[in-house]
Formats: sequence, C-alpha cells, structure tokens
Amino acid sequence: MSNDYDPLRVIPTDAPPTVACRKKGSFEPALTLMGEHDLCPGCGEPLALRQILDSIEALGHAQDAIGVIGIGCYTALTSLMDIDLIQALHGRAPSVATGAKRMRPDNLIFTLQGDGDMVNEGLQEVIHTAARGENVTCILLNNGVFGETGGHMTSTTVLGQRTKNSIEGRDAKQHGYPILIGDLLAGLQGTAYCARASVHDAKGVARTRRFLDRAFTSQEKGQGFSFVEILTMCPTGWFIPTAEGPNYLDEELGAIHEVGELKKDGVLIDRNA
Amino acid sequence: MSAAESPPNQRRLMEGSEAIAEAAIAAGCRFFSGYPMTPFTEVLECFAKRLPDEGGHCINSESEIEAIGQAWGAAATGARAATGSTGQGLSLMQESMSEITRAEIPIVIFNMARGQGDYFQATRGGGHGDYRHIVLAPESVGEATELTQLAFHLADQWRHPVVIYGDYLIAHTAEAVQIEKINFGPLPDKDWAVDGSLGGTGRSRNVNPIGMEKGSKGIDPNKFWQKLSDKEDRIQEAEQRFEVEQAEDAELLIVAFGTLARFARAAIRDLRADGLKVGLFRPISLWPFPAQALRDAASGCKRVAVLEQNAGQMIDDVQLSLLGSVPVVAIGGISTDAAGFGIGALLDSDRIAARARDAYAGKPVPRGVVS
Repeated sequence: MSNDYDPLRVIPTDAPPTVACRKKGSFEPALTLMGEHDLCPGCGEPLALRQILDSIEALGHAQDAIGVIGIGCYTALTSLMDIDLIQALHGRAPSVATGAKRMRPDNLIFTLQGDGDMVNEGLQEVIHTAARGENVTCILLNNGVFGETGGHMTSTTVLGQRTKNSIEGRDAKQHGYPILIGDLLAGLQGTAYCARASVHDAKGVARTRRFLDRAFTSQEKGQGFSFVEILTMCPTGWFIPTAEGPNYLDEELGAIHEVGELKKDGVLIDRNA
Repeated sequence: MSAAESPPNQRRLMEGSEAIAEAAIAAGCRFFSGYPMTPFTEVLECFAKRLPDEGGHCINSESEIEAIGQAWGAAATGARAATGSTGQGLSLMQESMSEITRAEIPIVIFNMARGQGDYFQATRGGGHGDYRHIVLAPESVGEATELTQLAFHLADQWRHPVVIYGDYLIAHTAEAVQIEKINFGPLPDKDWAVDGSLGGTGRSRNVNPIGMEKGSKGIDPNKFWQKLSDKEDRIQEAEQRFEVEQAEDAELLIVAFGTLARFARAAIRDLRADGLKVGLFRPISLWPFPAQALRDAASGCKRVAVLEQNAGQMIDDVQLSLLGSVPVVAIGGISTDAAGFGIGALLDSDRIAARARDAYAGKPVPRGVVS
C-alpha cells in the first residue's frame, strides 16, 4: 500500500481510512488563548485584535512582542492574548510603552488604546511620544464612542452622531469638532509611519493587516514613531441593529476619518494626488 | 570637580541631589524620568548627566503624569527605575502610583518636598484605592544615599513602590559623602517582569493592577486583594525603621522626622545642658510607622512632643501608636518662606528649644503658623 498523499483523491467512505489524516493548514487565530470574553455581538475590536496578533506572529515577533494596554472594552480581551502585556492606566499607555522600549529596544513594543483612552484622556501622551520619535507602535481602536460606559461622546465622535450625552447628535456649537488624530500625528516630525484602516468589510480587514505589518516593520527598522488607527464597529454604543454596524462605520465615521496611509518612511502622503 | 573627573565612590563634597542620583546609579538604577520643579530639579539634572554614561536612559518627561508612566513601563521590564518631583508633582502621579502598587511593580519615587506638608500624601497611599507605600525619610545627605540604595532593594524585595521623602535641605545641602554599592543580600528572581519571551506558550505574562489572569474571564477580587493585604501586613511587621536618642531618662520625648530632626537634636543638646531631660525619637520609615518602638521609647516619659513642619499630620500616627498612654502635644506648625519651598522660621534650634521648654513645663505651645 502506498503512503503517497494525494490531496485531490476521492476519499472512499464505504470503508475505514487506510491512510492517516494529515492537517494541511491551520486557520486558528495566532497567539490567542481560546476562551470566553465579554464583548458584544457585532463588535469590531476582536477583528482588529486578530489582525494585530496575526501580524505579530507572521513577522516573527511572537516571543519578543510586549503590548501595553489601555482601559476600554478591549481590556477584557487581554486574558485571551498570548503575549506579554503591561496593563496601563486610561490614557497612559504611550508613556508606559516609552519606558519599556527604552529598557528593551530589541522588543516589538506596541500600545492598544481606544479613542476615549488615547484622544480624550491621553492626548498629550500620544502626541509627545510621537514628537519624541519614540520607536514604538501605537494602535488606536476608534469607534467614536466610549463603548464600555454605554455609548458616550468622545473626541472622535463625528458631527451629527448620536451618543448618550449628545442625544440629538454631536453639534459643533455645543460639543465642538472631532479630532482627526491620525492627521494630527502624521504632521509631527517624529512620526515615521501613520495610517488609518477600518474593519467594516473583508477588504478593510486585509488593509488593516497590511498597515499593521508596515507599522511593525517601520519599528523593526528603528524609523521612529508608528501609528495605526483602526475604525471598529460598536453597534451597541451607536444604538443601531448589529447588522447595520459595518455600513454605519463606513458611511458615517469613515466619511470623516478617511481610510488610507497618511505617512510612510517619514514622508507625508499627498492624498489628493 | 565634576562627576566625570572623579569616581563617585571617592569621599567628596556633593549636593544631596547629586549624591542621591549617584547612589541610585550605584544601586543599579538605569532609568529615570522627571519634570523640573524646585527643589527637585537638580536630581533630574544629575540623572540626565550621568545615566547615558552608564548605558541608561533619562527622559525629560513632558509632565509628571508622563514621568511616572515612563518609569512604570521601564520597571515592568524588570529594570531598576525611578522618578520623582516635589509633593505637588507627586499629586499628579498619584493615580499611577496607586495602580503601580496594585500591579506590584518595584519603583522608587523621590519626593524633594517643599517642607513636611506631604506627610499624609506619602503615608496614606495618596491616591485612590486601598494601599500604602514604603516611605523612607532621611535626615542628612549621607543617610539619603544609604536609604536610596535601600529603597531599590526593598522595592525589589517586596515588589512595592518606595518613596524617599526628602526636602529642600536634603536636595541642596552639600555634605562629604562616599558612595559605594551596598549589598543588602539576595533578592527573588524577577520572573514576573515582561520580556516578551513567553508569547505563544500559553504562559505569557500580564503585569496588571486589576487582577487579570491569562485564559480566565474576569478576575477573582478576593484572591487579588488578600494577596496585597497580606503583603502590606508583612511589610508593616518587617520594615519599621527608627532612631532613639537619650530616651532612657527623658521626661519629654520629641518626635521628629527628616531634616527637622537635626534641628531638634541641636535643641536637645542645649536643653540637656540646662538640665532638662529631653530625648529624641526619629521615625526613618514613615510607613510603616515604628509604633511599637515609639511606645517603648515613650513609656517612661511625662509627655511626647511632636515636631513637624505642618499643621499636624504625623501627630496622628504618634497618637495612634501611644493610644493615650502618654500625653501628646504639638510643638511644630506650618512654617515656610515666601517662595513656598519650606525654608521656614521653625528651622531654628533656639526656637525649637523654646517651644520644647513650654511643652516640658506643661505650658501651652502656640499653635498655627510658626513665623
């Protein structure tokens, strides 16, 4: 009997198998401990997290990556992330990452923060870390609301967006304008790589992965500060049916926080060109 | 002569700021982050000058909040890291100091305080939640160099923040000191520190202040808090430090900490020369407060006089230690200069002696501001 394996052969099912099964590929998420989590149906954060962990493994950083985690819904996912982590305070992850990177320059150091964490509470931290050209990667999960508290306005909430404390929609006169954090950080000299992605569809997820790969590669090269903003769905915090999350993200938030690369190798990208 | 020209382990005249930085470096500190503020600024300057030579990093942080965050990240990798400021700056750091304590990250924080008004901030935790820091208060530059090295050792031993409570006089008095690495004995491995190496093994680490454990949903609050609470009990038992002088025959025992204790010592010398039986009790660890030692020292006294440069803070700990067994009076008070740096009229041994004489005779001591 031949042991040659022919993947295209028809497997006879009228008799017990004569050749051992062989696994052809694994499609399990990388660096993930399988277990329960508390996130809502339709949440975009697990999609973003999977791209981050897949990218870390694919680039060979499974055993040197250190994540610094902010406070938000995604904090609950830290129990499932099988990489070394430091839990930071709300807003403070970029400083903690700075200290870790200075002491361990050969490790891949990244932060994971939400828009409330990074753009509200810790805006000065991320700006200073970028301006210093700190060789770390900051990742923003931007859904335009404080999801964990139940859907309140953040600094990235777009005009007209309804939240629990802008119930008639964000109004510029009363609530001011959203901060386009990616654009702000791209303009700083210390920023080497800067991009905005979205996980609202398969193409967007693939793009997210590509941008993350480029940000981590930029850190490997020691180019300075790298930043990836990922727009994520929060149907619970947006008070819309779960299935409408991706379209709402694309049409409402995506129209203001435009997806694309903003800076590469320290050079601003002319998006009108 | 600059530090670069002369090895730090030679006995020489050094300002406290420089001596503290040199002692920290001798103890293996390789990371410092800080934001300038009088009278702490020169500590930052000295680290900025010296750490790069030692292969370390000193970050000129953009705020005190970022300074403590940066030191947090460095310490979480297992490096010996420190930050500091004045009490005002430490106010900004309190949120992080509280979380760092719960995350059990060893870190040293220098408070070059503007006087002694930060006693509560230092000894009561200072931020949100349920915790205390180890607090060491040197009385001289020489002692500051020893306590600085001890601070790094205790931080690692207990995985707990240690605050050095100094002041303007500690930071800016020059004394002849010799700094050599002090060996305090073996320490546990830092296998909890993140180096990234356990990724993908199912045993990866999460250095966190909320009791999160990998692979399990939610936290076990009872287990988490019991561990922290047990540890603080053990610290309280093991780390009380103090100095007692001339207490055996004393009728009045002065309790003072930090540089003010040196003024008290000079006053006691004069009072003794006049035949007054006065002793000194100096807590070196403000937390844990050396309660039993104070009770023992005060047991034969008629009165205990608390000398502190504030409206009355340590006096609470003194009263809690003595539990009414000996009458306690305050002989200090708020006392500062126009700039608010804590160089007040109370820093005068004659004035202290006069106030101690009143207390000795059972006369009321003026309360309020000492000017």
